Amino acid sequence: MTSNPPGHRTDASRVTRHASRAPNRLERKFGDLRAKGEKALIAYIMAGDPSLHETEALVLQLEQSGADIIELGVPFSDPIADGPVIQKAAERALRSGTSLRKILQTVASLRSKTQIPLVLMAYYNTIYALGEAAFCKRAVEAGVDGVIVPDMPPEEAGPLEAVAEQTGLQTIFLLAPTSTPARRTVVARRSRGFLYYVSLTGITGAKLTNLAEVRRNVAKIRRATDVPVAVGFGIATPQDAAQVAGIADGVIVGSAIVRQVGEHQHDPGLPERVGRFVRSLKAAIAPSGASSTA
Amino acid sequence: MPAILELEEAYGKTRRDRAFQAEFADYLKRFVGRPTSLYFAERLTKRLGGAKIYLKREDLCHTGAHKINNSIGQVLLARRMKKKRVIAETGAGQHGVATATAAAMFGLTCEIYMGTEDMERQSLNVFRMRLLGATVTGVDAGSRTLKDAINEAMRDWTTNVRTTNYILGSVLGPHPYPMMVRDFQSIIGREARKQILAEEGRLPDYLVACVGGGSNSIGLFHAFLKNPHVRMVGVEAAGLGIESGKHAARFAGGRPGVLHGTMTYLLQDDDGQVNLTHSVSAGLDYAAVGPEHSYYHDAGRIQYTSATDEEALAAFDLLARDEGIMPALESAHAVAEVVKLAPKLKKKQVVIVNLSGRGDKDVQQVARIKGVTL
Ligand SMILES: Cc1ncc(COP(=O)(O)O)c(C=O)c1O
Repeated sequence: MTSNPPGHRTDASRVTRHASRAPNRLERKFGDLRAKGEKALIAYIMAGDPSLHETEALVLQLEQSGADIIELGVPFSDPIADGPVIQKAAERALRSGTSLRKILQTVASLRSKTQIPLVLMAYYNTIYALGEAAFCKRAVEAGVDGVIVPDMPPEEAGPLEAVAEQTGLQTIFLLAPTSTPARRTVVARRSRGFLYYVSLTGITGAKLTNLAEVRRNVAKIRRATDVPVAVGFGIATPQDAAQVAGIADGVIVGSAIVRQVGEHQHDPGLPERVGRFVRSLKAAIAPSGASSTA
Repeated sequence: MPAILELEEAYGKTRRDRAFQAEFADYLKRFVGRPTSLYFAERLTKRLGGAKIYLKREDLCHTGAHKINNSIGQVLLARRMKKKRVIAETGAGQHGVATATAAAMFGLTCEIYMGTEDMERQSLNVFRMRLLGATVTGVDAGSRTLKDAINEAMRDWTTNVRTTNYILGSVLGPHPYPMMVRDFQSIIGREARKQILAEEGRLPDYLVACVGGGSNSIGLFHAFLKNPHVRMVGVEAAGLGIESGKHAARFAGGRPGVLHGTMTYLLQDDDGQVNLTHSVSAGLDYAAVGPEHSYYHDAGRIQYTSATDEEALAAFDLLARDEGIMPALESAHAVAEVVKLAPKLKKKQVVIVNLSGRGDKDVQQVARIKGVTL
């Protein structure tokens, strides 16, 4: 994060995998799906959009509609990795008074109703404001399984990674198409729960264009790690989802779902509306799905 | 992120490359018009009745501010990296104009991101950029000022990394920007040092400069940091007053946080959300400060104060009438500090103020504030 000289970087080899720990919800989910020959549908929504009350209803509905893992966006004033759809969602969430602390309360409340794996996508300053150690401890206590920090490069991740490791919170890293082979290896080895491959050079909500490149890079990542690989950014339709499911272990859909939330935010049937779209995504990636390719 | 690693590697090479440095120096001399003069402000000195006041005349640079020093350096680097397109953010419009100018000179495609609020208060500079062939894209998110323009430029860079270099305008953002921009701006202090030694036969007692991101200030200060008797004052924007909450004084009102890939003093709320800022000068209206300033602040090497909108506007008038020089509203904050500082010093003491830019771009806004229709 800071302008540290290159020599400051964290040594990847110091971080060892915790083979002895009982499998967490993410590992179990990917294991179960693999056994059934299925791929994970990872649905992203912005926590607090339009309110945390609706977020709770949405999580439960999306699970029923076939989502395997839910990614909860933590709203931030300056979301540099996000396109206009998620930016607007963050603005709505902040206007409804959402904060990381309140999101953790919502997760804790959800945990009496569901065991679906929950991953937070949070810009670093929201975590830093709470304190890295306090964040990891409280997140795990609430029932969060993993965290993605889109503005934290692995070179700067050491301290958060260390406390996350102690508490059992999975740190999920992002890999871009332009990453060098050396970086790919480092990130692949350090990612926990799953690895988030970004399908394009760009921001959330852009258009997926180069499927051949995704296929090539996912194959390279698999040679470096056996952690599941999920692909996100630019997956907007059931067709997109089906194509990516032919390549990766998980398909992440964000902006397309968030757009639906935005359009129907005043609709009393909001969760069901969004649920219908998620059901179409899940159907498209099911092994029997007619449009499935490989 | 890969974009930043590529830039870091490329800059690492050029930093030690004599040919690059010679080319850079040549453009600064023949295109920018360096060295800029160090000018003794005789009437202002008399009026304030204390220390001798010298103005480092960055307002005389081509395009009207220090920003061009950095733009030329980074555009030269982009050319070496074989990038055909450059993008930049701009607040006051000076960095946008400087980058559009450098891009025009080298025949590169140029797109400038600017908050829509800043486009309104710096409309003259928007038109200048367009005349220079740049595309100016308004950013209508968040506070609609500099921080939001940086967000959008970073998104563009992530998307177009293969063809595009991001020319950041201050000592902000992720490594290597704070170091690189400081290197390109440190010519200001190297010249000032030689000039004051020639003029006074000794080093100055005080250096004063305004601090937006912090590039003109670190540019002036850097060559003097190793001289403990040279005191340095950075002036932030106090806007409507620190107590009002409507300001951009990061050291007075902020705490460490991370924005745009840098850990530094940041105006933010308890949850880490970045606060809206206010200043009459678009170039100082930003929630974070360059990380090197945070370092020197904590180390106690540089002292940071602030000047309100009102004080800056009064200093703008004062310099125009006493010296025949209209400063940029950003630079007027530094002059406002000198108005407070100089009378407390002895007549034989010497102060150098960085006049980071000229006020032409602000004339419309000053007229509006004074209620004059042009
Ligand atoms: C004339 C002038 N001075 C100062 C600044 C503030 O930037 P910095 O602190 O990087 O010098 C600007 C920024 O736009 C400017 O145009």
